Amino acid sequence: MSAVPILAAVAEVDSGDTAWMLAATALVLMMTPALGLFYAGLVRSKNTLNTFMMCVAAIAVAMVTWALIGYSLAFDGTGDLIGGLGYAGLHGVDFLPRNDESTIPHLLFMAFQATFCIITVALISGAVVERMRFGAFLVFAALWSVVVYAVLAHWAFGGGWLAERGTLDFAGGVPVEMASGFSALAAALVVGSRKDYGRQALLPHNAMYVLLGAGLLWFGWFGFNGGSGFNTGTNSVLAFTNTLITPACALVTWFVLDLIRGRKATAIGAATAIIVGCVLITPAGGFISPGWAMVLGFLGALPCYAMIQWRPRTRVDETLDVLAAHGIAGFTGILFIGLVAQVGWNGLADGLFYGNADQLLDQALAAIAAPAYAFTVTFVLLKLIGAVMPLRASEHDEAVGMDVTYHGEEAYVTGEGAILIVPEDGSKIPVPVADPG
Amino acid sequence: MKLVIGIVRPEKANDVLEALYRAEVRGVSISRVQGHGGELERVETYRGTTVQMGLAEKVRFEIAVSDDFVQPTVDALCEGARTGEVGDGKIFVLPLDRAVRIRTGDTDMGAVTPVDK
Repeated sequence: MSAVPILAAVAEVDSGDTAWMLAATALVLMMTPALGLFYAGLVRSKNTLNTFMMCVAAIAVAMVTWALIGYSLAFDGTGDLIGGLGYAGLHGVDFLPRNDESTIPHLLFMAFQATFCIITVALISGAVVERMRFGAFLVFAALWSVVVYAVLAHWAFGGGWLAERGTLDFAGGVPVEMASGFSALAAALVVGSRKDYGRQALLPHNAMYVLLGAGLLWFGWFGFNGGSGFNTGTNSVLAFTNTLITPACALVTWFVLDLIRGRKATAIGAATAIIVGCVLITPAGGFISPGWAMVLGFLGALPCYAMIQWRPRTRVDETLDVLAAHGIAGFTGILFIGLVAQVGWNGLADGLFYGNADQLLDQALAAIAAPAYAFTVTFVLLKLIGAVMPLRASEHDEAVGMDVTYHGEEAYVTGEGAILIVPEDGSKIPVPVADPG
Repeated sequence: MKLVIGIVRPEKANDVLEALYRAEVRGVSISRVQGHGGELERVETYRGTTVQMGLAEKVRFEIAVSDDFVQPTVDALCEGARTGEVGDGKIFVLPLDRAVRIRTGDTDMGAVTPVDK
């Protein structure tokens, strides 16, 4: 008896949309290890593994919190500030579309959104690498994914007050980019600078990782932006194509600025430009024309470049410039929609240049509210965690490096001088070792 | 004329350089070495394999100086490299027979005195 309505509902799932969203979800998950590579290249060799492991840990921690409670708080119901607990533990998240507009299984929608929560948590680690205790980061990641990410995802995507007002955010300028960027600033302020910051040059140890990571991130971003239409329709195609266009234009700007400033186009600068370009188009992808996407790439890179030049001259050791590459770029992208959105391209709303000043107001509200919420809550959250456990490694451990301290491994171990520890009852006699007593 | 050899922790190498510059010792060579000197050994695990790291990464400074500069150099090495824990390293001072500056053919005292460009 009950088989009939279920079959009827299942028929609403579109196979093409579902196929694309399955692939897009896998693409977005790949962005987190890619980010690990990008970040690991930017730190010193003694912290390579720890930096990558923070991204790996984000997958573990944020996936669990998302399934237990985060998804429900973000996407259950249309409360102004936060969702309900109806989907806690993924209760009732099944194979039917989640609402009338959706054409993919609810479970797949949840999985796609989970990969967003994961990479956002991983992004913040860039602010605290090379000195934060691994255990403290795990606790922070678990709590942040619920109290900041799930809330902002509800505001922008889940029917919260921003979505209700008509603020346009295609793929996460609010919960992903501005949230991670401004949380990163708060985290850097609470955790504090690395002990040698501002005194010694702390340089990237492997530019190739940085370039490879950036390339893989860009590749994954086609799933991130291209999948954020949740179908294979026009907005998705527009977002996908703009994800190709805007970063290319940001690269051009970065080359020119690098050449003007230092007479050399730097590789790590280029990798940074790719990320900045992808972030710029993230909120705007499915809403602005390809022409405006080019303008966004060319011009939007300017404030990010300025921030990246200025930040190391300050005392704030926001180590891998998450604020510049994500916070500022996300902020710029969100506002840009309010200027140049076109109904002809997005089917939803015009921006200021096409006669709709209200849209810019809605965008500006998001650009103020999201950073304020992310910064404040992250600041308080880390202060609270810091009251219960130390947030950072001892000076000695920081000097030795996080890899040996927290993982008992090195990224570039040679094996020379490594003595095999044989179990007591082993038949082999261990090699004699110099023992200083 | 002496050759001062200092073997220090890699993470203190920058501090040592700073201390040397402050003591106006300017001719320095460094190399990365591995050594065993009595520090508490690290245990690392790679999948099922657990190993004791019997050799630690060190940075070796070689500094040729005139006799007047031996003490300031040794002091700078100590000041820059000391953490107070086992594994801070060693300093060796050796007699030096000859030194030649390749560019000019200057020998001995002339060769170990840095020139200001």
